[in-house]
Amino acid sequence: MKKLLVLALTLSTVFLLSACGSSVDSVKLGVIGPLTGDYSMYGLAVENGAKLAADEINAAGGVLGLDLEIIAYDSKGDPTEGVNAYNRLRDEDEIDALIGGTFSGVTLAIKELAKEDNMPVLTPTATNPDVTLEAGNVFRACYTDSYQGTVAAVFANESTEIGASKAAVLYNRDDAYSEGLAMAFIAEFETRGTVVETLTFGAGDDDYSSVLDVIAASDAEVVFLPGYVAEVGAILTQADNKAIDIPFVGGDGWDGIEADYASVAEGNYFGNHYAKSDEAQVVVDFVANYEASFGDSPNALAALAYDAVYAMVAAMEDAESTDADLIIAALAGLDYQNAVTGSIRFDANGDPIKSITMIQIVSGEHLVIDKVEGS
Amino acid sequence: MDVELFIKQIINSLNTGSIYALVAIGYTMVYGIIRLINFAHGEIMMFGAYFAFIIATSIPVGLPFFVIVLVSMALAALMGILTEKIAYKKLRTAPRISALITAIGMSLFLQNLAQLIFGANPKVMPQVISNEPIMFGNIAVPQVMMYTISMSIGIMILLTLFVKKTRAGKAMRAVSQDKEAAMLMGININGIISLTFAIGSALGALGGIFYSIAYSQVYPTLGVMTGLKAFIAAVFGGIGNIGGAMIGGYAIGFIETMTKGYISSRWSDAIVFGVLILILLFKPSGILGKNVKEKV
Repeated sequence: MKKLLVLALTLSTVFLLSACGSSVDSVKLGVIGPLTGDYSMYGLAVENGAKLAADEINAAGGVLGLDLEIIAYDSKGDPTEGVNAYNRLRDEDEIDALIGGTFSGVTLAIKELAKEDNMPVLTPTATNPDVTLEAGNVFRACYTDSYQGTVAAVFANESTEIGASKAAVLYNRDDAYSEGLAMAFIAEFETRGTVVETLTFGAGDDDYSSVLDVIAASDAEVVFLPGYVAEVGAILTQADNKAIDIPFVGGDGWDGIEADYASVAEGNYFGNHYAKSDEAQVVVDFVANYEASFGDSPNALAALAYDAVYAMVAAMEDAESTDADLIIAALAGLDYQNAVTGSIRFDANGDPIKSITMIQIVSGEHLVIDKVEGS
Repeated sequence: MDVELFIKQIINSLNTGSIYALVAIGYTMVYGIIRLINFAHGEIMMFGAYFAFIIATSIPVGLPFFVIVLVSMALAALMGILTEKIAYKKLRTAPRISALITAIGMSLFLQNLAQLIFGANPKVMPQVISNEPIMFGNIAVPQVMMYTISMSIGIMILLTLFVKKTRAGKAMRAVSQDKEAAMLMGININGIISLTFAIGSALGALGGIFYSIAYSQVYPTLGVMTGLKAFIAAVFGGIGNIGGAMIGGYAIGFIETMTKGYISSRWSDAIVFGVLILILLFKPSGILGKNVKEKV
């Protein structure tokens, strides 16, 4: 038994060394995400977005004169698998920086290791506030839950479309995402106007008629409804049945609502990372190239991963090096303007200060109304 | 106090109450006849909603609402009869706990069957009733609520007449009083039990259809919470008593809606269950239930 173990160890060392030997002429970015299983749609979108960016960068001459290589490993959405993937990327592939993990839970598990290794990390999609706290090397490309709530409040108050001074808030008290957005919205909106009703629903609720009637009877000019498509769709249907015509505003959980609920969502607004219908050149090119490469249209996660790779490469170019300390310093001072999901700058924590695309559902399509930045 | 809002909440109460009452009748009728709490009843309700979903989405010509409802109710009735024949019939003389466990098993089986066939994701119910609300002055009442309330009350009146006035209704009452004696009088017990399951399941399915149209979704666990609340409604009114199930259904719907509207939706379940405990403390047999002495 012991002999076998020694043999196995020796063999693996040999493989490790040989793996190290073959990797000098390219810059390597690791990607970690759920590539198989129930959540594979998220991980694959991130992998595809990252690979598309790398292909474009290589076609334009690479980074620092070298080829950019994306190495993606599967986390299955599980923190332990994510840590294994990270160890493999660091030890076998000797990556220069990490794009990932896709999920907050996986990213949090990797965070402490990455901190010890001083690995530059730019997660495209982990929204949990703790991800970037007390880790100078960890940045993210997406905005946090609370930032979305703040921006929604700015939009509800300042936009010419709504311009409300009285708001009602309806959120899912059993969901941290929904509650986080709602709390941030209330805090920001109270500095601008009044929140006249704050109502909740539970995860198992189907009947929203009585809370909707309370909202209709209040003098709210806008309803903030952070949530996911299944519950938002049901709520908008019941509001439509009751002919409640106050505009509803939501967050990125509304993405895809037009598929099943186009008629009841008509005229309402939500904030998203980007809009497919955005006419900015960078978005048009991204959507066209993505569709040409992968055959389906990119979701917000693919766009964020695409931007994360470009932002990381921009930092490397700024640093003129792949040295970890220099990359991290360059990321901290980065101002990357030409992103699909809005310009990317980082605050002291490593969270982005970026605009959120506010979208109105019009005839089942996403109409870009405004790009709003929180203060 | 805002009178308009209060009237709207009354209408909302009547709507949820109607659904609870329809489903509660199934629990109470089956209990009355074979002393079984049929926990699979919520799942029959869910399947009723799925039947309507399938009929409405798979047949391209827009069928009239009443056809969809009648076919779905008939299918659910058949399903109710079959569950009784397959799972409960053999256990009629077994200890009550065995039948109860079988009913729970049946409930889980049907839930998982639905998940297997339709998937776990909620399906969007097509709008088979126009979403244009009907205006009473300033009060907009969704058409689906008008249908739910009026059809439920109509059907409950018909059911009461059926049980009170017809021969089959009389036989049903006889079986619920004393199975053996009814058999000696020449009543076809198996037929009456099947009829009871059929009526209960059809009404449950109707509740499920209204539920899924009003709240726009169908999913495999749709019958769990609604079924539980309807069961509470049946106990509340006095289980085994059809009039009690109706009163219980409207009472639960009223308490729930008013709590959501005037206190907080956070408290609605706690208050519904709290009221149940209070009722049972002071009147263990429910509002209309009679204290039946167990024969020794």
